[in-house]
Amino acid sequence: MPNATFQLFRGDSGQGELISYQTPVSEGMVVLDAVHDIQATQATDLAVRWNCKAGKCGSCSAEINGNPRLMCMTRLDELDLSRPVTVEPIRAFPHHRDLVADVSWNYRAKQQIRKFTPRPPDAPDGTWRMQQEDVDRVQEFRKCIECFLCQDVCHVLRDHHLHEEFIGPRHLVYVAALEMHPLDTLDRRDELRKAQGIGYCNITKCCTAVCPEGIKITDNAIIPLKERVMDHAFDPLVKLAGMVRGRIAGP
Amino acid sequence: MLELQTFDHDVLVIGAGGAGLRAAIEAAARGVSVGLVCKSLLGKAHTVMAEGGVAAALGNVDDRDNWRVHFTDTLRGGQYVNNWRMAELHARESPERVRELEAWGALFDRTEDGRILQRNFGGHRYPRLAHVGDRTGLEMIRTLQDHGIHQGIDVHMEVTVVTLFSREGRIAGALAYDRERGRLRLFRARAVVIATGGVGRAFKITSNSWEYTGDGQSLALQAGAVLQDMEFVQFHPTGMVWPPSVRGILVTEGVRGEGGVLKNSEGRRFMFEDIPENYRAQTADTPEEGWRYVTGDKDARRPPELLTRDHVARCIVREVREGRGSPHGGVFLDIAWIKEKIPRAAEHIRKKLPSMYHQFKQLAGIDITTTPMEVGPTTHYIMGGIRVDGDSQMSTLPGLFAAGEAAAGLHGANRLGGNSLSDLLVFGKRAGEFAAEFARGHPALPPDGGEVNEAARDALAPFDRSNGESPYAVQHDLQDLMQTQAGIVRTESDLLQALEGLVQLRRRAAAVGVTGNREFNPGWHTALDLRHLLTVSEAIVTAALARKESRGGHFREDFPEKRTEFGGFNFVLRPGADGGMELDREPIPPLREDLKQLVEEFK
Repeated sequence: MPNATFQLFRGDSGQGELISYQTPVSEGMVVLDAVHDIQATQATDLAVRWNCKAGKCGSCSAEINGNPRLMCMTRLDELDLSRPVTVEPIRAFPHHRDLVADVSWNYRAKQQIRKFTPRPPDAPDGTWRMQQEDVDRVQEFRKCIECFLCQDVCHVLRDHHLHEEFIGPRHLVYVAALEMHPLDTLDRRDELRKAQGIGYCNITKCCTAVCPEGIKITDNAIIPLKERVMDHAFDPLVKLAGMVRGRIAGP
Repeated sequence: MLELQTFDHDVLVIGAGGAGLRAAIEAAARGVSVGLVCKSLLGKAHTVMAEGGVAAALGNVDDRDNWRVHFTDTLRGGQYVNNWRMAELHARESPERVRELEAWGALFDRTEDGRILQRNFGGHRYPRLAHVGDRTGLEMIRTLQDHGIHQGIDVHMEVTVVTLFSREGRIAGALAYDRERGRLRLFRARAVVIATGGVGRAFKITSNSWEYTGDGQSLALQAGAVLQDMEFVQFHPTGMVWPPSVRGILVTEGVRGEGGVLKNSEGRRFMFEDIPENYRAQTADTPEEGWRYVTGDKDARRPPELLTRDHVARCIVREVREGRGSPHGGVFLDIAWIKEKIPRAAEHIRKKLPSMYHQFKQLAGIDITTTPMEVGPTTHYIMGGIRVDGDSQMSTLPGLFAAGEAAAGLHGANRLGGNSLSDLLVFGKRAGEFAAEFARGHPALPPDGGEVNEAARDALAPFDRSNGESPYAVQHDLQDLMQTQAGIVRTESDLLQALEGLVQLRRRAAAVGVTGNREFNPGWHTALDLRHLLTVSEAIVTAALARKESRGGHFREDFPEKRTEFGGFNFVLRPGADGGMELDREPIPPLREDLKQLVEEFK
């Protein structure tokens, strides 16, 4: 079997360097296979996060030749193996060790989003009626595997580090799934505009480009949310109500 | 004293897949403090990989369905060695548990009149599986996760339990490490729920994720609880076989539920050639009748591709062995053929089976809307596990509960597809409920300091042997051994050799070394997982040797028939001397009279 060279980021807390490893390549291999082979034979303490190796859990996010990808779904035969393949951790979050980043911020950010709150059941047996065409839209958002690659490429998080002011594309998709859920009764527009910072998104669509589930994050989730927020914020009645309460509902 | 962080919870739930999350939600709802330990990040557990659906007799698609039919289907599939009380509770309660998910935000596919849609699956008499395309597990775990994070549960992400402690004959706590820093954590708890899933990583070809190393079964046995039915391992008939790096990845039974057919290299639908007697009356006579069944004709009977998994897997093995396999050692699963029957078939397939389309396109370069898939059996599930009380899910060790795949009983000798997702909801909820009740009734009992210290030293021991063998080498050899000698076709001589091999591997495992430090060090984690893998492997082989018959997932080539004398008891493994295990038999209590009548009625 031919060998290929992999340059893996090794180090702790952001300090480290790319280290070269050679490993044999066979038909159908994905990047995660190569990383595992290196781990089993050359670097037993190589830190890498993975679970299902089937593209379903979203654990093995990394930057492969600089592109945010799932290691388990990136086939070696789509890469140029005549040159070293670089594998680095995702960069929008604090680095922990080797290929592992600390993604715990995402879990804290999600917790701030008010949870699903359904209307009373439609039928006496406690069930609801929903048409397939009304759930299709939300089912697209619920395909999300929380790999956080969209968060990784979002410049608001990656370059401007506005994690405290902006929840990022993943969580905007989550809010969209709640807001467009046929049964949900809450209105999350106010916090979307303020605490969750939807205004920071300037729809460059980088998130959509990297989504391994093919969710049209910008077009189907973020833009409709922005429209709802704007309609709400500039609604004269809402503005009036805000003035009565002693504050101005500005943009 | 080694440095430890200590946490106190009334109920400690180990495992955050569907069963663990559901248990934690229930316990928290009952007002006790709950700690939830996840080996991975929250929401990444193996439940996420479940594809086809969750079985519940909602009767939305066929109103002839009800809990009685589901109960009898489950017993028939399990070859009547199930814990029938669990099968009864499961069939009765799963509809309510599924509807509850909808109240928590789950969005299942819909019927024409707006209710939850249900699909056909192997061994289920009527369309029974509520589903979301072929990503039902993701929908369920995300629903439970998103609901659970607002219930005041303390979540410990990327934490692995290495030892359980008992005192005065009941559970007292657990020792664990966190992956990130490698720090040790002592959990003190009044009740513990094990929801750690299965053991698939003991085999080379498996659909299971890295976490499935038998931790819960092994921890429970070591703490004094009893295991049951460990010989019953489910080999799912359809895993990917090519390319090699994806061998074992699951191909959902939903493909067959949507009309996919199995063919050998001669193009024959070989499943028509071997239909077991107890399913003959329910199985289609012709391909034409099978097609009518999958398209909703209530007068048609199901195609033989939808016979139980144990049977379909063995038929595939037979085809391959007799030289009628596909080029890479499987058989063909063809869904593309439905274009002969329906317009816009490609679009239909992409809509109903999006993950399968994606998986084959991306990993194998195959378009399933035009080309048959190559599939073969893959280790998928263990029916056996921790022996529990059917109502409360408490193990034989007071205060220690188990739910989901880690527990035994519901599925008997073979699990029906879809019965796992309902299992974890029904019994996750029950385990949480009864664990909370137990915690309320029992004061905290701190684990013995000496035992804690010993367990902590033990957990760190691999670092003292930096020159020892790589733990990955031992793991690979174990997987090879179990695959070839305790896999889908078993014989006495193979199993005896496996038992000997396990002794050698245990010796090697005790001497493995790890390099590096304690921070996110997978070599160290693998060294600790090995003990569990070896324990469950020994349990599987020991029970498989004793069951000198073939039943459900357990097939003995030297005893190919089912034998009546093995139908009245379960094999159990009790903790033995020197940390070993002892095999015993536990009689199955006679069926309650009303349930017996049901079994007769639906025969």
